Amino acid sequence: MDIIIIGVLLGGAYALMAMGLQLQYGVARIMNLASGEVLVAGSFAAFWFFTGANYSPIYSIFFVAPVAFGLNWLIYKIFMRPLVKRAKSEGQLEVDSILSTFGQSFILVGLMLAIFGGKYFNYSYLERPFDILGQAYELNRIVAFLFSITLCIVLYVWLNRTRVGLTLRAVSVNPEAAGLVGIDVPNAAALAFALGGAVTAAGGALLSMFLTFDASVGVIFTMKALVIVIMGGVRDIRGTILVAFILGLLETGVATLIDPGLTLASAYLLFILTLIVRPEGIFGKRSK
Amino acid sequence: MRTFLTSKRLIMPALAFAAIAAFSVDAMAQKTIKIGASAPKTGPLAGGSTVSFWPNVELWVKQINAAGGIKLKSGKAKIELIEYDDRTNPGEAIKNIQRLATQDKVDFILAPYGTGLNLATAPLFAKFNYPLITHTAITDKVEALTKRYPNIFFSLGTTTAFAGSVAKVLGKMKSAGTIGNKVAMVNVADAFGIELANAARPIFKKAGFEIVYDKSYPLGSPDLSPVIRGAKAAKPDAFVAWSYPPDTFGLTAQAKVQGLDVKAYYTAVATAFPVFAGKFGKSAEGILGAGGINPETTAMKNYRATHKKITGKTADYWASGMVYATFQILQQAIEAVGTTDRKAVTAHIKKSTFNTVMGPINFKNQNNEVFWTVGQWQSGKFYGVSSTGHPGEKSIKAKPKW
Repeated sequence: MDIIIIGVLLGGAYALMAMGLQLQYGVARIMNLASGEVLVAGSFAAFWFFTGANYSPIYSIFFVAPVAFGLNWLIYKIFMRPLVKRAKSEGQLEVDSILSTFGQSFILVGLMLAIFGGKYFNYSYLERPFDILGQAYELNRIVAFLFSITLCIVLYVWLNRTRVGLTLRAVSVNPEAAGLVGIDVPNAAALAFALGGAVTAAGGALLSMFLTFDASVGVIFTMKALVIVIMGGVRDIRGTILVAFILGLLETGVATLIDPGLTLASAYLLFILTLIVRPEGIFGKRSK
Repeated sequence: MRTFLTSKRLIMPALAFAAIAAFSVDAMAQKTIKIGASAPKTGPLAGGSTVSFWPNVELWVKQINAAGGIKLKSGKAKIELIEYDDRTNPGEAIKNIQRLATQDKVDFILAPYGTGLNLATAPLFAKFNYPLITHTAITDKVEALTKRYPNIFFSLGTTTAFAGSVAKVLGKMKSAGTIGNKVAMVNVADAFGIELANAARPIFKKAGFEIVYDKSYPLGSPDLSPVIRGAKAAKPDAFVAWSYPPDTFGLTAQAKVQGLDVKAYYTAVATAFPVFAGKFGKSAEGILGAGGINPETTAMKNYRATHKKITGKTADYWASGMVYATFQILQQAIEAVGTTDRKAVTAHIKKSTFNTVMGPINFKNQNNEVFWTVGQWQSGKFYGVSSTGHPGEKSIKAKPKW
């Protein structure tokens, strides 16, 4: 029981890291290697709100998310759109976007270094025990988890039950065909990219409640998010959410029952197995 | 014609400037001393180096230049600092040192940050005869390394001494009846953590302790609650973690939330950082950690106050002082020699005793044998409670409940 609760809490944290990237990679077709830096920027914003103005990191997401949405919209329009326009194939766009976002990640690291400096940042917020079935869990992790679940549901329902969501899914499945039926593909992709950035930054604000971070730690989050998104199947947010929780449960199970030293190994083993057995990911469709 | 006119207008001042520059280079040659610095500003170790290393570089250079410079036989020479980020990447660090030595032609290079980066660049320091006065390198291979490199100096201590001191501290608490003999030990699965855990196992056993939980976890684990849960289930009397900064915070947060109530709680690197007390506040009371200093000496008090005043940052309670001390040693050695002759400076460091913020330091076979090993948070300050011969060890207290 203990393992399940800890695993699910960790899965919620992983979902926060990965959902934004899924929107960016799955719909906007931008493999965003700066995703982790955007997340850390969200963490910094929450830190700044909390230590500077004594504002709860939870409220800070109502500031972080819109700002991140706007900035990511601009990033897409200025840096990514030209790449999309000139790309002759999906493969080329992937390579180009990897190179461009890799560069952006350095710029973001540099900016955060210049503003905040390179030291470690953390703070204590809701760092209290919360009892579930007689066991103590960190309250801030539970709060982050609840937000994560809410975000998962909202995103899922929005993508599946609204017209805009339908548009995004259409673009995700086939951008050319989506264009032919009158969908404004460039704006739909920009929306997905910006929304992905907003989700990632808000995730960063929530994760900062219990993770110690510094300006150059982003790449760790990018790696984790990439693994999750690819395992889940890039085109479907359900896969990302499911894999986030599977990974959380697996790592916690291995850490508790076998050895904490093997958590990373087990995660990557699962990744490799998935790539061998179902290279398109759990919810992916086999390409012909 | 217009271009001709413009260029002519430019040429005259340019020539004049060049003449002045050529003239002043000669005149200035003895008035500056070039110092190189290469350490992480980004990457995994940046969080540590921006607390312990870079502010000290700023402090030291500003202080010396404000006083007119380093005293050479030919007069005072101000420091011209050239600094590079090695991105916590040994390859990058090697390139930086090469560049400092061959392109920038600096007179001296400050030691890089962390054990790995020091060992990676040691061959280059040796090749170009730069004294390498390490401040943040901890290794058991001191003897082999000092034999191989005649210019390397160690100051912060050895792995075995650190593990041994923790055993000593726990031993004292055991004989005082504060704790029993059950120790839970965890380590980060990284060269540092593995080396310390391996050194600690036989030492703890010899000291009569039973290791009831002994696990490692990967660097950068986002959730350490299974580790603390496992340790707690083993019902230890003492908890020892050979940890790095992010997990030092992660483990302690979990231990607090889950109420891992041990009378001796030890985490390694970053326990001495100001941000540790900042995060845990009163809960930090009684927590043991790597390093420590004697914050009550006049030299240390002055140093910490000046550090805060000039850099705006708070010095940590361990490596900061040692980093600054190695800069003082370099300065004193250069001034004693009176020139920038690197071999002479190295020879001087080998045979002299230096007065530093950490107290007097001398190198026996290029190794400083007197260093702090264990510290403890006591009423908002991190005091050294165990060392290999420092005076002023504070007495150890049992850790109160969280």
